[in-house]
Amino acid sequence: MRGAPGTVSALTAALRNGALRLPEVIEPYLDRIRKRNDELGALLHVFDEGARSRARELQRRLDAGDWPGPLTGVPVAVKDNISLAGHPTTAGSRILKGFRPVYTATAVERLEASGAIVIGKANLDEFAMGSSNEYSAYGAARNPYDTGRVPGGSSGGCAAAIAGGLALGALGSDTGGSVRQPAAFCGLVALKPQYGSVSRYGLIAFGSSLDQIAPMARTARDCAALYNAIRGVDPHDATSREDGAPVDVEAWSQPPRDVRLGVPRSWLAAGLDADVRAGFDRCCARFAKLGARLVDVALPDPSWAVATYHILANAEASTNLARYDGVRYGPRAAGVASVDVLYAATRGAGFGPEVKRRILLGTYVLSAGYRAAYYARAARARLALRAAYAEVLQCVDALLMPTTPTPAFRLGEKLGDPLAMYLCDVFTIGANLTGWPAVAFPVGRNPAGLPLGAQLCGPLGGEDLLLGLVHRFDGGEPLPLPEG
Amino acid sequence: MTYEAVIGLEVHAQLKTATKMFCACPAAFEAPPNSCVCPVCLGHPGALPVANRRAAELAVRLGLAVGATVRAHSSWARKSYFYPDLPKGYQITQYAEPIVTGGALEIETTEGSRSIRLVRMHLEEDAGRSQHPERSGERTTRVDFNRCGTPLLEIVSVPDLRTPGEARAYLVRLKQILQYCAVSDADMEKGGLRCDVNISVRPAGEERLGTPAELKNLNSFRHVERALAAEITRQVARLRRGETVSRETRRWDPAGGRTHAMRDKEAEHDYRYFPEPDLPPLILDPDWIAAIERSLPEMPDRRRARLVTQYGIRPYDARLLTATRELADYFEAVAARAPDAQIAANLVGSELLGLLHEHKLEVTACPIRPQALADLAGLRAKGTLSSKLIKQVLAEMLASGEAPEAIIRSRGWVQVEDDTQLRAWVIALLETHPQEVADYRKGKTAVLEFLMGQLMKRSQGRAHPEIARALLEELLGAKP
Repeated sequence: MRGAPGTVSALTAALRNGALRLPEVIEPYLDRIRKRNDELGALLHVFDEGARSRARELQRRLDAGDWPGPLTGVPVAVKDNISLAGHPTTAGSRILKGFRPVYTATAVERLEASGAIVIGKANLDEFAMGSSNEYSAYGAARNPYDTGRVPGGSSGGCAAAIAGGLALGALGSDTGGSVRQPAAFCGLVALKPQYGSVSRYGLIAFGSSLDQIAPMARTARDCAALYNAIRGVDPHDATSREDGAPVDVEAWSQPPRDVRLGVPRSWLAAGLDADVRAGFDRCCARFAKLGARLVDVALPDPSWAVATYHILANAEASTNLARYDGVRYGPRAAGVASVDVLYAATRGAGFGPEVKRRILLGTYVLSAGYRAAYYARAARARLALRAAYAEVLQCVDALLMPTTPTPAFRLGEKLGDPLAMYLCDVFTIGANLTGWPAVAFPVGRNPAGLPLGAQLCGPLGGEDLLLGLVHRFDGGEPLPLPEG
Repeated sequence: MTYEAVIGLEVHAQLKTATKMFCACPAAFEAPPNSCVCPVCLGHPGALPVANRRAAELAVRLGLAVGATVRAHSSWARKSYFYPDLPKGYQITQYAEPIVTGGALEIETTEGSRSIRLVRMHLEEDAGRSQHPERSGERTTRVDFNRCGTPLLEIVSVPDLRTPGEARAYLVRLKQILQYCAVSDADMEKGGLRCDVNISVRPAGEERLGTPAELKNLNSFRHVERALAAEITRQVARLRRGETVSRETRRWDPAGGRTHAMRDKEAEHDYRYFPEPDLPPLILDPDWIAAIERSLPEMPDRRRARLVTQYGIRPYDARLLTATRELADYFEAVAARAPDAQIAANLVGSELLGLLHEHKLEVTACPIRPQALADLAGLRAKGTLSSKLIKQVLAEMLASGEAPEAIIRSRGWVQVEDDTQLRAWVIALLETHPQEVADYRKGKTAVLEFLMGQLMKRSQGRAHPEIARALLEELLGAKP
C-alpha cells in the first residue's frame, strides 16, 4: 500500500490528473485482501475479477476523456445485508446461504453510477443484530488495530475492511449504531443519515423504522462523497425523502464560529472508560479552539432509550424475519411431513441464537395481552424522546457526545452477556429513535493504540452541518492505519 | 319460541386497478402461474412496498357512493401469520385507522326497503393461491403468486341483516354499486368478490346478541343464502335443545348442505397487528376527495327515480334498466333519440335484453347502435310494425347490423293495412277453418283469438292487428 492514496479525495484527484491508472490502483487492494482477509474476516465475498474488469472499463472511459463520477475508481465494500443482483447476499445468516438477489439496492446502483468499484461484500452480525460482529454465521471479523479485539458491529466487516486497507470506503447499515460504533472502534468517520435520506430499497430489513444505509470512510470529506452519491428520494422507498443540496464540506472551511454544541453532561458519569473520557475532553477542547461554543444540556437517561429501542426494533424484526421460511428461497429443511414442521426445522437450523432471542422478544412484545404494556408503551416513549431531543435542539445546533462507552473490547468478552452487549449502543440509539442524522469520527488513540471516537448528532436535515464540523475537525486527514 | 338471526357480512372486493397494491406488477388474473411477480410481491429480502394511489381512489369512490366518511388520514398495519401463500409472513392491511368509516346500503326486502349500516372499509393486499395437486402419488403444494399483492377492499357491515334473503339482497346491492362506480368487477365466480359471514341467533324480542359463528367458503350468492339458512337451523336447534352455540369458524359444505367446524387453528390466531413502518400514513387531500365526489356516477336509486320522472317510463322498467350502469347508459342513449321513451324502455328492457341473453352478449358488446334501436322504436310508435315483426327485425339487426328500415324494405316486412290484401287473407283463412267459423257463429267468440293468431301466421306477422281484427269480426258476423 506504500504510496497509494489513502483517501477517496486523493485517489480520485490522482486518477483525474492521470498520475494513477485504475488497474494499478485496484491490484494492491486485491493483494491486500488475499493477504489479510482470512485473518480479519472482513469480506465474505470478494469480487476480484469483477473489480478488475470494472477498473478496465472505467479506465477506458477515463482515457476517452470521460469522468464517470465523483467516486471513480474508489474501491468500496458493501455490507452483506445490502442486495447486489446476482451475487451472494447472506445478511451474515445461514438462512440466506446461497441466496442471490434478483435486484440491486438503490444505494448500490447510485454508488456504481458514481464510478465506485464494489470490491466485495462485508461481514456483519447476523441480520445486523449485534455490536461485535461475533454473531456472524460466517465467523467473527477482527479489529485491524488489535486482532484480538472486535471491530464493533454490526457493520464490523466494513470497518475492518477500511481500517485493514482492503477498501477506501464502505456502505454499512445503522439501526442502533451499527456504523458509528465500528467507526469508533476502528478509527473511521461514519454517517448515520437522517431516516429517509438514503433509500432502504434493497437493504435487508431489521428494524424498518430505524434502519438506514450508512456510508463509512476515513475522513469527513470522503464520507460526504459517499453520502452524496447515494442520498435522495427513491420511488421504491415510500419513507425516503428529498433533502435539498448535496453536502459540501468545503463550505465549512471557515472556523465554526457561533456553532453551539450541546454536551449531555450527565451521560459522561459512571461507566465511561477513562481513555474514552479523556479523548472526548480533548475533542471538546479542540472544537472550542475552533470557535464552537460548548453548552451543557440535559437529555433523558440513555438507558431508557436502550429499552425502548430493543422493544421497537425487535418487534419490527420479528415480522421482517418471518419471510425466511424456506418456501421461496434460501436453504430448506429436508424430509419434513408438514408445512409447520418445515417452518420450524428451516428456521431452527437457519437462525443463530441472537437472532432467535430477538425474534422471540419481538413476538412477545406484540402478543395479545402484552402489546399494551410493551410495544405501545415503547412507541409512546419514542415520541417522548423525540420531543426531548427537539427541545434541546432549540438551544444548540448539534449534540456532541462519545460514540461508545469503551474502546474496542476483546473477542468473546461480552458474548456471554447480551445485556452488556446491548449497552454498547447506549449513546448511538438516540439518533435512530429520533430519526436524526449523526456522525461518528475518530478523536485519537488510547495509550494502547486503540482508536477513540466521538459523535455529533442532529438536527433534522443537518448532514451538511455535521459533516462540515467533522471536516473542520479532521482537516481532511485520516487517522493513520495500523501496521500490518 | 321464535328466534331471530343477526347477520353481519365481511366482503372482500378485488379493486379494478391496472397494477398491484404495493408494486408495479400487473393485477392480471388469467396469466400463467408466477408470471406477474417481482421482488416486492414475492417478499424478497430488502424489497419495500409503495402504496397504489389508484386503489385508494377506488376505496374513496365506494365510500362516497354509500354516504360514508372518507378519512383524510389513514394508516397501514402488519397482520402476521405463517402460510406458504403469504410470502412476507405478514399481510399489509389497515387496522386502527381505515380509509373509510360508516355509510349504509339500501336494500330491497319483501317488506320494503331497509338501510344496512356499514362499519368500515379498508385497503389490503391479497395473498397468493395454494394448490395441492397429486404428483406421482404424493400430495404436493404449489403456490401461484400472481394474485399475491393485488388490492382488496374489505367492506364490513353492521350486523343489521336478519334473514338469508336480506344477506343476499345486501350482496346484490353491494355488487351493483361496486360495478356502478367501476370500483370492482365484483365477479364472485372469479373470486373478485368474497364473503365471510358472522351469524348468531337470539329469541325474538331479545336485545342481547347471541354467540356468533363465522362462516367461510361462500363463493356465490346462492351459497351465502343456503349456508345461512342451514346455520340458522343448526343454531336454533341447539338453543331449543338447551345447548349453547360456540364461537367458532365454520366451513360451508355445499354438497352436504351443512356447515361444519373448521379444525385448523385459524380462529385462535394472534395476528400481532402493529403499524407498518415501511409505509407513511395515507394522507388524502380534501380537494382530491372533492374531485372524486364530483366524478361519481349517478347511483342506481337516484337514476331509477330520474328515469321515471324524466322519461315517464314505468317504475318497473326503470328498475330493470338501472340494474347496471352500462344498461342504463344504453337505454338513455336510445330514449334520447326515440319519439316514445316507454317504447324504447320496452325494446331495451325486454326485447333487446332477451336477445342479448340468448347470444350470451353483454350490453357493452351489443353491436346495435342506440340510433338504430331508436329508429326501430319510431317505427313501432307509428304502428308500422307488429310486436312479432319487431322481434324479427331486431334479430336481423343483431345478425346483419343493417338499419331497421333497410331490413323491413328488403324483406318486405312492412305492416299491411291495405283492405284488399287483408280481406283476401281473411277470406282464405275462413275457408280453411269452417269448424271455427261455425263455433263462432254459435256464440263461442273465444275462437276469435285463435283465428287472429292464424291470420298473423299466414301474413308472416305483417297484418295490421287492429284493422285485421275488425275485418275478421266483420266477415265472421256476415251470413255465409
